[in-house]
Amino acid sequence: MSAADTGKDPNRRDFLYLATGTVAAVGAAATAWPFVSQMNPNAATRALASIEVDVSSIEPGQAITIKWRGKPVFIRNRTDKEVEEAKAVDLGELKDPVARNDNAPGGAPATDENRAAGDGRENWIVMIGSCTHLGCVPVGLSGDFGGWFCPCHGSHYDTAGRIRKGPAPENLHVPHFEFTSDTTILIG
Amino acid sequence: MSAGHSTYEPKTGFGKWMDERLPLTRLVYDSFVAYPVPRNLNNWYTFGGILSLMLAIQLITGIVLAMHYAATTGVAFTSVENIMRDVNYGWLMRRMHANGASFFFIAVYIHMFRGMYYGSYKQPREVLWILGVVIFLLMMAAAFMGYVLPWGQMSFWGATVITGFFSAIPIVGESIQQWLLGGFAVDNPTLNRFFSLHYLLPFMIAGVVVLHVWALHVTGQTNPTGIEVKNIRKETVPFTPYATMKDAFAMVVFLIVFCWFVFYLPDYLGHPDNYVEADPLKTPAHIVPEWYFLPFYAILRAVTFNIYLPFTDLVLINSKLGGVIAMFGSIAVLFFLPWLDSSPVRSATYRPLYKQFFWIFAGVCVMLGWLGSRPAEGIYTLLAQICTAYYFIHFLVILPWLSRVEKPRPMPASIAEAVLSKNG
Repeated sequence: MSAADTGKDPNRRDFLYLATGTVAAVGAAATAWPFVSQMNPNAATRALASIEVDVSSIEPGQAITIKWRGKPVFIRNRTDKEVEEAKAVDLGELKDPVARNDNAPGGAPATDENRAAGDGRENWIVMIGSCTHLGCVPVGLSGDFGGWFCPCHGSHYDTAGRIRKGPAPENLHVPHFEFTSDTTILIG
Repeated sequence: MSAGHSTYEPKTGFGKWMDERLPLTRLVYDSFVAYPVPRNLNNWYTFGGILSLMLAIQLITGIVLAMHYAATTGVAFTSVENIMRDVNYGWLMRRMHANGASFFFIAVYIHMFRGMYYGSYKQPREVLWILGVVIFLLMMAAAFMGYVLPWGQMSFWGATVITGFFSAIPIVGESIQQWLLGGFAVDNPTLNRFFSLHYLLPFMIAGVVVLHVWALHVTGQTNPTGIEVKNIRKETVPFTPYATMKDAFAMVVFLIVFCWFVFYLPDYLGHPDNYVEADPLKTPAHIVPEWYFLPFYAILRAVTFNIYLPFTDLVLINSKLGGVIAMFGSIAVLFFLPWLDSSPVRSATYRPLYKQFFWIFAGVCVMLGWLGSRPAEGIYTLLAQICTAYYFIHFLVILPWLSRVEKPRPMPASIAEAVLSKNG
């Protein structure tokens, strides 16, 4: 800088430096973005839409696992006893009191009604089979609460898929789904 | 170089011509021939050289394996079996690479504990130590991604668990996880990018190793007494032949053990579940990382409780985020070690209390490793919580406290005095 530039007032040259630098920074950021964004899920992955599942062959007490968006989805036809057990749980005992059901309003409480498939279909429960701890697949019909048990880090879920014990922070998530007929579920 | 000016003198006409244009030979001569090392270095100081050797082995076998490997989910597992059965000497290359990773970590852990025992991280070697921790982090990333490539059950579920760490971050966690995976779950895009990064990371490690050695050669090496070199002529020997020969001998001994594993126990350090192809619908009964991650895995699993805002029911940190913070914290705390331990005495030889706490700490680390291999239930969880707490207490409470209260043993005035009093 010359002696004339050391005054207090910013002059035209300072403005040009700042403006040029700003444009360069914006340009660098804009150039960097495609290199970051290319790692996001691509169009083919995002296009994995919904799937239909025929559940007519699942008897009470049985469950199936299907694959949706690369993750397992549990569909369990619960026995009356299992439903009663799940309903009897006091909400105060739950580690995660929120339903985590995409078909219910956001903060709905984790009652069995808000977890299961709705009126007349309370025996059905549909959940993403991915432990909310670190994403392992819990094993069905096991654990201290008769629901699911994650073998990786020891999380126990009850028959409504609610976390009861272990490191997982949330209940198993219920994806958006609907019964399109008495025997068909559309997931997604 | 702390050793002062260069003593290299080119002997040939070409050498002289080159020296005036690119003094590469001078750099090598000053760094690895004339470079003075303390004369009292013991065998624990040979692991730096061993680590360079292991990095070279991993690079060479890795480049060879990449010639035969296919990073696509449909064929990745088969291509590894193909390497084992059909590729000429493929079995040897893969076993050297897989066991090489384990031996790399054996060497790095000994190297790190040696640094802790002799206080090598202390002023003026803080940057040297920090660069070492950076290398350790890069090694962990490289090893993790490499383990995913064979696309076995442990590969898949290990990747699922580890990338699941990022979903613990509040609000943006899920987006970050999907960005890392390139999808909603571990799949082909994940395998592809892990292969690309697994090929990149070793070169980044090599780059940081250059900085690490540079920083070492600026400050000079420590030694078992922890006393700085005062008289270069009396207290040091030239790197070649003294350190070169000592390092070479240690490498041979290390390689004998390495070869024993490669040829006679090739799968001992691995896991049989990884010979089952990845299945996104079925988690193996026990997901266990490779042995070198077990202590950190135990720390991750030790946090099984939510942390509440004091006097309220509001969850401040849920158990999942807590575990991830504890695990990353256990490595992050190493960066601050030079300032947590402010005792001016470096070597544990002259720190009677620190010496005992060092061995307790080493025992706790081994214990954490064993606990990481056990199922996460009952007494194991409790023990892991106790050991995790102790791990942090060692760094955050015991070391600063020791620095204040410990009375060190009388120290010799110089390395020369220490050596002569021992050997007469």
